[in-house]
Amino acid sequence: MPALRAAAAFLHGRRGFYLALLLLPPLLWLGIIYLGSLFALLAQSFYAIDEFTARIVPEFTLATYRQLFSQPANLDIILRTVAMAVAVTAAAAVIAFPVANYMARYATPRMKALFYVGVMLPMWTSYLVKVYAWRLVLAKQGIFSWFLDVFGLTPVLDGALATPVIGGPSLASSYIGMFIVFVYMWLPFMILPLAAALERVPGSLVQASADLGARPGQTFRHVVLPLALPGLAAGSIFTFSLTLGDYIIPSVVGAPGYFIGMMVYQQQGTAGNLPLAAAFSVVPIVLIAVYLALARRMGAFDAL
Amino acid sequence: MPSRRMRAAWDRATLGQKIAAFAGLAFLHLPVWVIFLYAFTTEDRTYQFPPPGLTLKWFEVAFARADIWAALKLSLAVASVATAIALLLGTLAAFALARSRFRGRELITLLFVLPIALPGIVTGIALLAAFKMGGIQPGFWTIVVGHATFCIVIVHNNVIARLRRIPPSWVEASMDLGADGLQTFRHVLLPQIATALLAGGMLAFALSFDEIIVTLFTAGHERTLPIWFFNELFRPRERPITNVVAVTVVLITLVPILLAYRLTRPNDTRG
Amino acid sequence: MTPAIELAGVSRLFGAVRALDDVSLAIAGGEFFALLGPSGSGKTTCLRLIAGFDQPTTGRVMLHGEDVTGVPPFQRSVNTVFQDYALFPHMSVVENVAYGPMVRGVGADERRRLALEVLELVQLAALADRAPSQLSGGQKQRVALARALVNRPQVLLLDEPLGALDLRLREEMQIELKAIQQRLGITFVYVTHDQGEALSMADRVAVFRDGRIEQVDTPRELYVRPRTAFVARFVGSANVIEGALARRLTGSDRVFAIRPEMIEVRGSDEPVPGGMLSCEGTLEEVHYHGATSRWHVRVGEAVLTAVRAEAAAAAVIPAHGARLRLAWARESLVPLEER
Repeated sequence: MPALRAAAAFLHGRRGFYLALLLLPPLLWLGIIYLGSLFALLAQSFYAIDEFTARIVPEFTLATYRQLFSQPANLDIILRTVAMAVAVTAAAAVIAFPVANYMARYATPRMKALFYVGVMLPMWTSYLVKVYAWRLVLAKQGIFSWFLDVFGLTPVLDGALATPVIGGPSLASSYIGMFIVFVYMWLPFMILPLAAALERVPGSLVQASADLGARPGQTFRHVVLPLALPGLAAGSIFTFSLTLGDYIIPSVVGAPGYFIGMMVYQQQGTAGNLPLAAAFSVVPIVLIAVYLALARRMGAFDAL
Repeated sequence: MPSRRMRAAWDRATLGQKIAAFAGLAFLHLPVWVIFLYAFTTEDRTYQFPPPGLTLKWFEVAFARADIWAALKLSLAVASVATAIALLLGTLAAFALARSRFRGRELITLLFVLPIALPGIVTGIALLAAFKMGGIQPGFWTIVVGHATFCIVIVHNNVIARLRRIPPSWVEASMDLGADGLQTFRHVLLPQIATALLAGGMLAFALSFDEIIVTLFTAGHERTLPIWFFNELFRPRERPITNVVAVTVVLITLVPILLAYRLTRPNDTRG
Repeated sequence: MTPAIELAGVSRLFGAVRALDDVSLAIAGGEFFALLGPSGSGKTTCLRLIAGFDQPTTGRVMLHGEDVTGVPPFQRSVNTVFQDYALFPHMSVVENVAYGPMVRGVGADERRRLALEVLELVQLAALADRAPSQLSGGQKQRVALARALVNRPQVLLLDEPLGALDLRLREEMQIELKAIQQRLGITFVYVTHDQGEALSMADRVAVFRDGRIEQVDTPRELYVRPRTAFVARFVGSANVIEGALARRLTGSDRVFAIRPEMIEVRGSDEPVPGGMLSCEGTLEEVHYHGATSRWHVRVGEAVLTAVRAEAAAAAVIPAHGARLRLAWARESLVPLEER
């Protein structure tokens, strides 16, 4: 194939041309379809819907954003979503730390492999099926209540469900239930980067700390934890971003209060107000951008 | 062989740490197994636990449902096409970005993480806005476009990680021995990245097969299996069939994911 | 005769860094030529330009009189032995060696025969069907060598090929490489930072420093007549005599080098034969090296090192701070170029 070989020789001397040739198709796809769509989204958020005809008026206006930020109900939604995202992130970090710490620093090689598979499998298991499974678990006669009943803890549950705001008629229709599902769903996204960061803490550092007189607790606080911080930041980006954008979980499990994602889905669908949906979806983008900027300072991207 | 490290007594996991770790792992697993149990329950109205009895009849009922088969077929078709596009474009991008240095590279890299860094709902509503503005009717191809966009990122990440583990001297050695770029790709690079390609492709396939958040925005009137499932969640009468489909979906996605995990384990590559 | 390899005014810039700075070099056919220098001195860059992995920013590269600047590596008649061996892990030993013939379209049977023939040369035919991961470092090194030789290149480039081997294996391979080179009669260009390796194997050596060539000469000339202080110190060890001491001894402002083994150590009151230069100093340290010992003697501002064979050394080593007289023949003082 002399022609192909000649082409190969030609390309070899022109690295820039060769790179451009490789990059062009994927760049066109992501550049035009994805970035283009994001711009379309942004454009839509600066349009508004005509109150009478219910049609989109394609003219630049800030009316939609004014509507978004002037209605207390909308602000409630944003606040509720952010509060849930923060709570879920914090809880996921607390539960993930012992798991990641054990699998990265203490487990035997075989146990470590078991933990990795054990974390990855639920992570990759069908998202909807997991949500559905939780509905079964949290239902009124479901496993959770049965379990509590066996241990005589039903009054505790009833007490929790009687709490105003976070309670509800059953776990499946309360914020507590939603919170549990969120934590469950994003937990692997916290464990894996955390374990990766902890695994990179050299054993000699722990030994050096002990050698210099630190008790295990002190070593953990002063040596291990600071070095694991980038992993924690990386994991929190996932839990935070995923909670902000989710609309399936709040609509399947939980209380009637709306979340940002649900508003986006509902506004573009039944309400037919694409501009408001677009404006709503810009909120998580901005929040995540702020969060990313903060996380970058903590070196989160080194642990991804 | 990694030798088992000897640990001093002060540097071992305490019982409390172990319990917390295993409890965390159990928390991740138990709900999934519940589904398997419920697929066999004789009770079809409530989620009563423990199930009053076990039966196989729901599998039979689900098997006879044409709407489930149609949704399954659509999901498999979408996942196949989206994976094919992702394999091609993701691999091209990985080759271009693996070792090169040029102005604007950082920006392009950012573009290649954005579709998974931003929540799915943003991708979904953005694509919908673009389709609306472009007057494009949602359907099979709009679903594929949405899925391919994040699948490209998955393939790209898998392949670029493998490419970066290949020493540059292998490519140089190949060229030095007389192989041109194409021959080097075929005889040296392709065998090395083959498992990464396969793994990336399978992860992409599994992700597409299971996708709901973007799909709800881009599907129009089409019903993929996750959309069918999503609708069922709000229709309690069909609960036992939903259980059976759930088990099927878990099994279909589990196989490629387990294979992908095996293929990307670093100790599986010789050399 | 046209040189096998010629570099004419070659520079290679990486951003603002001059990895090679206006280097010109001619290597004759059949020569064993070493590129010697510390890391970052430009020797490997130089090799990569000859192989075609990299292109010069300015200047030309010629192989057998033909300008190959811009020609890709797969169209050059040179082959390379890589520092990390670069064996393909998904191919067996014989497949690795047969790779060159394969990509040139040689049939399966013929290329296996060719590969086994070369493996015979490096005494590895018995391991032909092993995977590279099953080989020791020394064996991998031989496979890399066989693979580079199978195309019958006119020029073989070796990039620190023995760097990863332990000392004894390295010495064995030095002898074997030299033997193979002489038997095949092809040009070897050998990159190393180990001056001993360069001196013992090469016909000629180019000493690199900061992207430039300091000196190109036979090992003997390089050792006996180093042109610069850098070469004097990098090839073997040397005392550099300059400033007041040089003026007092020679009456000139030039800089000189003298090898430690050329310096005789005498008692401060011993007479010095005519025609010899000498100076007085105090003994600072004596380092024992087995067959020899090195004496560090302070002379004014400078500390000069003398090497004494242990067998010839006085049974009693003088105490630190003892006054000594250093003496040497006038002609062993090598005048250096100033830079």
